[in-house]
Amino acid sequence: MSMSATVHARDLRHEPARKKLKKILCNWQLYLFLLPTIAYFLIFRYYPMLGLQIAFRKYKATMGMWGSPWVGWKNFQDFFNTPAFKRVLPNTLAISVGTLLISFPIPVLLALLLNQLPSRRYKKLVQTTLYAPHFISTVVLVGIITLFFALKSGIVNHIMEALGIERVHFMGEASWFRPLYIGSEIWQSAGWGSILYLAALSAINPELHEAAVMDGANKFQRVWHIDIPGILPTIVIMFILNSGKIMAVGQEKAYLMQTSLNQETSEIISTYVYKRGLQSHQYSFATAVGMFESVVNLVLICTVNFISKRVTDSSLF
Amino acid sequence: MTAATKTGFRIRQTKADKVFDIMNYVLLTICFLLVAYPLYFIVIASISDPVDVYAGKVFLFPHNATLDGYRRILEYKTFFTGYRNTVIYTVVGTAVNVVLTLPAAYALSRKDLVGRNAIMMMITFTMIFSGGIVPNYLLVDSLGLLDTMWALILPVAVSSWNLIVARTFFQQTIPDELLEASQLDGATNIQFFLQVVLPLSKAIIAVLVLFYAVSHWNSYFTAMIYLSDVNKHPLQLVLRSILFENSLGDMVEDAANLAAQQRLGDMIKYGIIIASSLPLLILYPFLQRYFIQGVMIGAVKG
Repeated sequence: MSMSATVHARDLRHEPARKKLKKILCNWQLYLFLLPTIAYFLIFRYYPMLGLQIAFRKYKATMGMWGSPWVGWKNFQDFFNTPAFKRVLPNTLAISVGTLLISFPIPVLLALLLNQLPSRRYKKLVQTTLYAPHFISTVVLVGIITLFFALKSGIVNHIMEALGIERVHFMGEASWFRPLYIGSEIWQSAGWGSILYLAALSAINPELHEAAVMDGANKFQRVWHIDIPGILPTIVIMFILNSGKIMAVGQEKAYLMQTSLNQETSEIISTYVYKRGLQSHQYSFATAVGMFESVVNLVLICTVNFISKRVTDSSLF
Repeated sequence: MTAATKTGFRIRQTKADKVFDIMNYVLLTICFLLVAYPLYFIVIASISDPVDVYAGKVFLFPHNATLDGYRRILEYKTFFTGYRNTVIYTVVGTAVNVVLTLPAAYALSRKDLVGRNAIMMMITFTMIFSGGIVPNYLLVDSLGLLDTMWALILPVAVSSWNLIVARTFFQQTIPDELLEASQLDGATNIQFFLQVVLPLSKAIIAVLVLFYAVSHWNSYFTAMIYLSDVNKHPLQLVLRSILFENSLGDMVEDAANLAAQQRLGDMIKYGIIIASSLPLLILYPFLQRYFIQGVMIGAVKG
């Protein structure tokens, strides 16, 4: 390793190829470090992307994904022509746009409030409690919803009755699926989501606040004129990240929350893909539906990123 | 907030500030109760007389406290099989995760690694685009992993997000001078990584172990897709059948009638929610700072 002594930590661009090669050779151990991980990404992340070709084929297990006959856009056309399309697309959008618009501002507000809380101990207590639901598994979360919102035995209906409100069959009415989905999302993630903003707030120069106090600004004015502008770049980045998930509503929670009575609103693209693909074994069709979702997502995240780069100068890539 | 500003508040505490503080306390206390009360209710419902819970008499304190629900859970063998499986999957899975992630993240943190931008792009791209569940299923099937523990471990062997978090950590904490010094001493990259970098990386190792372990502990969907053998089911799938399919089996068969079975079942469900979350509930307050650290390092990358 004698030649490695001075070869490191310099900018790699604009170097002659020979020097580059030398660097690769004397850092061969670093490539060894990367080998298993690169192999993992190629096999388990990129190979399935090649598997997307079955969306354009009529998949037959005996012929495999490379040998099944091509059918062009047929699977996609079939999807757009099913009655299910007119249901799952709006359902997916309602859940995701609803989640984005309703739940996005809450962690920001929590962080602004927590940051201004005079008592450190109370702040710590509230934080520890609000973060806790993040660690609850999806199965347990939906289990809690089912128990709490049960028609006859649920605590929510007991409380409503005590307040003189009529009982509601929450899990059995399609109209309640979205509020429950979005509400539980907020309950589980809002606290955890505030950590990022709290970190951004702690990075704001305290002199700004001191100067504002000197000028007679009250707390509300300081939050409005110092805290919010200070964390705006973080807010924008998080908004891009979240809007990139607009079509990608995970199947895990929705699938568990589905009952025979709420399918009208609870059937979304990802649960539909799972059912048609892995339960009814319509591999090609389900792959096409899933691919439609992934591509729309990709376009969305790139668009939001582009707009944000232009308008606010903050961007993800 | 510095000490200086704090004293500043006290002198200049205006009426508007007081209103702000009061509003702040009220709002955050409401949020606190909205999160804390459901968690508290699960605890008291799991130790109260199921007849009273069902009838809505239990709000603030347990009624006729009993550990009957937990006794029944302790006697339920399937639950323990699930628990054991989950512990195995979590330990092995997390070990694989960390052993793969750490060296790769370190290599990617090195500025003199030729091709690191290309590799980073390759990794980041998978965060915004994927093959989807059907191609993944076909892959796992063709590798012969169906119905084995490895179906839950290999497809999630490295998380792009955690890899980026670890890489950011190395970039921030391992100074170039350290590398230069040990290279002058003739240390190889492997020696440097094992003897210098790892001892400095306890914090990031803790963060990775926690993030990966929690995701293994809580996952159910991959197990549902890939494991059909009930004896291999992890805890979350056992929970799913108890919570949603009412497969309470012999836990409630001594109850007098269907209604009594259902009430008893509810108590068992509350209890099993607690029992399954127990390791995390106990550890969480002590580990909180590592979790937060992980999120913060991730945030720097943004």
